[in-house]
Amino acid sequence: MESSDLQRRYIDFTSTLFREGFLDSQYTQLQQLQDESNPEFVTEVVTLFFQDSEKLQDDLTRTLDQEVVDFKKVAAHVHQLKGSSASIGAQRVKNVCMAFRICCEEMNREGCLGCLQQARQEYFLVKSKLETVFRLEQQIVAGGGSIPTMW
Amino acid sequence: MERPLFSARAEAFPAGLRVLVVDDDPTWLKILEKMLRKCSYEVTTCSLATDALSMLREQKDKFDIVISDVNMPDMDGFKLLEHVGLEMDLPVIMMSIDGETSRVMKGVQHGACDYLLKPVRMKELKNIWQHVYRKKMHELKEIQTHYNNEDINILRYGSEDLDDRNLTDGITNISSARKRKDVDYKEFGDQEFGDPSRLKKARVVWSVDLHQKFVNAVNQIGLDKVGPKKILDLMNVPGLTRENVASHLQKYRLYLSRLQKQSEDSTSGGNMPSDLINNDNVANFELTSSTNMQQCSEHTKHVGTSENLVPGIIADAHIGDIKKIVPVQGIESEKGLISDSPISQNFNNVPRLSALFSFKGMTPGIEEKAREPTTSKHQTLHDGAPRMQCMHYPGQGNCGMLDDYSYLSSSDQDHQVSFNLCSSSPVISATVTNEKDMKDLSEMKPVPTDQRNAHFAAIPQVACMTGSVSLQIKHGMVHSQDAGAICKLDGSPNTKGCSTEQIDNQECFPLTCEFSPKSEAELDSLPGDLHLCSIQKFGCFEDVGFGGAENFQDIISTPDTQVQNDWYISSELNNDYLYETVDYPLIDECLFA
Repeated sequence: MESSDLQRRYIDFTSTLFREGFLDSQYTQLQQLQDESNPEFVTEVVTLFFQDSEKLQDDLTRTLDQEVVDFKKVAAHVHQLKGSSASIGAQRVKNVCMAFRICCEEMNREGCLGCLQQARQEYFLVKSKLETVFRLEQQIVAGGGSIPTMW
Repeated sequence: MERPLFSARAEAFPAGLRVLVVDDDPTWLKILEKMLRKCSYEVTTCSLATDALSMLREQKDKFDIVISDVNMPDMDGFKLLEHVGLEMDLPVIMMSIDGETSRVMKGVQHGACDYLLKPVRMKELKNIWQHVYRKKMHELKEIQTHYNNEDINILRYGSEDLDDRNLTDGITNISSARKRKDVDYKEFGDQEFGDPSRLKKARVVWSVDLHQKFVNAVNQIGLDKVGPKKILDLMNVPGLTRENVASHLQKYRLYLSRLQKQSEDSTSGGNMPSDLINNDNVANFELTSSTNMQQCSEHTKHVGTSENLVPGIIADAHIGDIKKIVPVQGIESEKGLISDSPISQNFNNVPRLSALFSFKGMTPGIEEKAREPTTSKHQTLHDGAPRMQCMHYPGQGNCGMLDDYSYLSSSDQDHQVSFNLCSSSPVISATVTNEKDMKDLSEMKPVPTDQRNAHFAAIPQVACMTGSVSLQIKHGMVHSQDAGAICKLDGSPNTKGCSTEQIDNQECFPLTCEFSPKSEAELDSLPGDLHLCSIQKFGCFEDVGFGGAENFQDIISTPDTQVQNDWYISSELNNDYLYETVDYPLIDECLFA
């Protein structure tokens, strides 16, 4: 595929992500932070996010699985997940966390389980989309082109 | 700290600012590190609060500022904040994704110099150096103030013996001293402007060892009798100044009172309304002892002349049968004595003053049982003015109190004398500082408490006093020989058990007194002549206003800021602070003379 095609694809794809709310301005901030001294910055950060999020989701599953649910603990995990998703601009995940938190306050186990499921869904969605973005970037660079800046 | 590029770094300020970032979220840690590096800061990251603390403790001077997340698994961010504030006195910025007002407020209350909302933007991080700079400026000012105070002391007293001093003389001296101070300050300020990092020299870092020495010294002396000078002498640490000890003492007291508050939270009631002192409280206290009254009666002459009394001040000394608590109020030199007013009314008239009480040296014969202050909870920040709770009164003789009030007029000697005659109970001298309008300090006389019942008449919360208070006292401002101990007598509706309850909102050290004025009029009518207790850091009061005598104005000049930073001390400091609840001596007889 030609570099320009790739670049166009890249632009289209990432614009859609922003438009559909998968990513917000924080992601752009990360992109802006990346520089020659650290050309892999965004991918490194996002990888950290993936690891941390999956761990948090496992924690959440386990905590909600208890006979007696410790909602304070659930809320703490949700808070962490919220912070984590906000760090890279994973907006939809963050939004689910807000609803999730309310379920915790209400000590609504079913609600919490529902939120957890939603969070997982959103997480996997954004994960696959970001992986596509990175793949495209790699391809562009491999083709000798430069990654278009989105701001 | 040895930094080879010291001067280069200083010149490049804020570049090279040494930041410690603490966040349990690895993603955020990486992002923040990157952002801070882009600001040309030197960044160290830490994902555990406990690690961060040990890092800070090991290398005291290695960092200029700490940025920490609020929610961390191993330690609450607020606790870390307190620790850092207490031990290292570094500016701390809190961060959170949660921007709820209550959280932000909590952060500020715990001493955070800023609270950032995640996601944090570059422009916010670019400006964090201002907190470092600001702190240095404050320290500078404090030092200057401290030296000026010392000068004032020397000027006024020559020695540390108050006995021969006349108040009025003191006032004149203060004014002239103040002028000198202003001049000095300007000169001093100019020198330092070029290199804020040089100001670091002034700061003492309280290592665990040093703090332990401090605590040992305090324990040895007894918290009620402690004073910066004594502690300093006992600690015997070269290079440590009295001012260092004084400010640390204040923080320590805050910590203790916070501990106490926490331990009493389950038992104590809710906050008391700010105009707290009410009749109920008063009713709880009883005045007794005709002997005291008798002794006090000798001093009744003073009563009559106490134009110094602020309105609402306790009733006349010859009200021998008063069974109620007489509120201790700020004494103004120009106010007439309020006599014969029913006690309950007195409460209402309490001016908005914060009083500083010092027990030290005033209680030659204090008996242990008389030591329990009652505390009152009250809300702080009422209209931004310090709240003052009414104080309590001596169990035994209003006269004592009245005497004290009249103390403000010129008869120091008399007061001293009567004091000695009068009591075997601790004398609480309070210096009342008015908020805003008050130009001078007024002294509050201690309120004797009923020793027998171990009741404390509504004990005002005395602002935490630091070494500067003792200065005051020596100046005769406070009618005590040695203002080492500052007791917080919290008046509380429930006088039993002499438990020192923390004033909820204030989280003051047990040694804080507050007075709630009922009316603004009272406040405004306070004469400009009050003697202000020099409070270096009004950590206990968020909004204590300082009117103070000119010379003290600068001392207390930044109460709010200071307060923010010196507030709360986490109970988690248990490891470091082995202190237990302190008994506060109560005044049970006429104390003032």
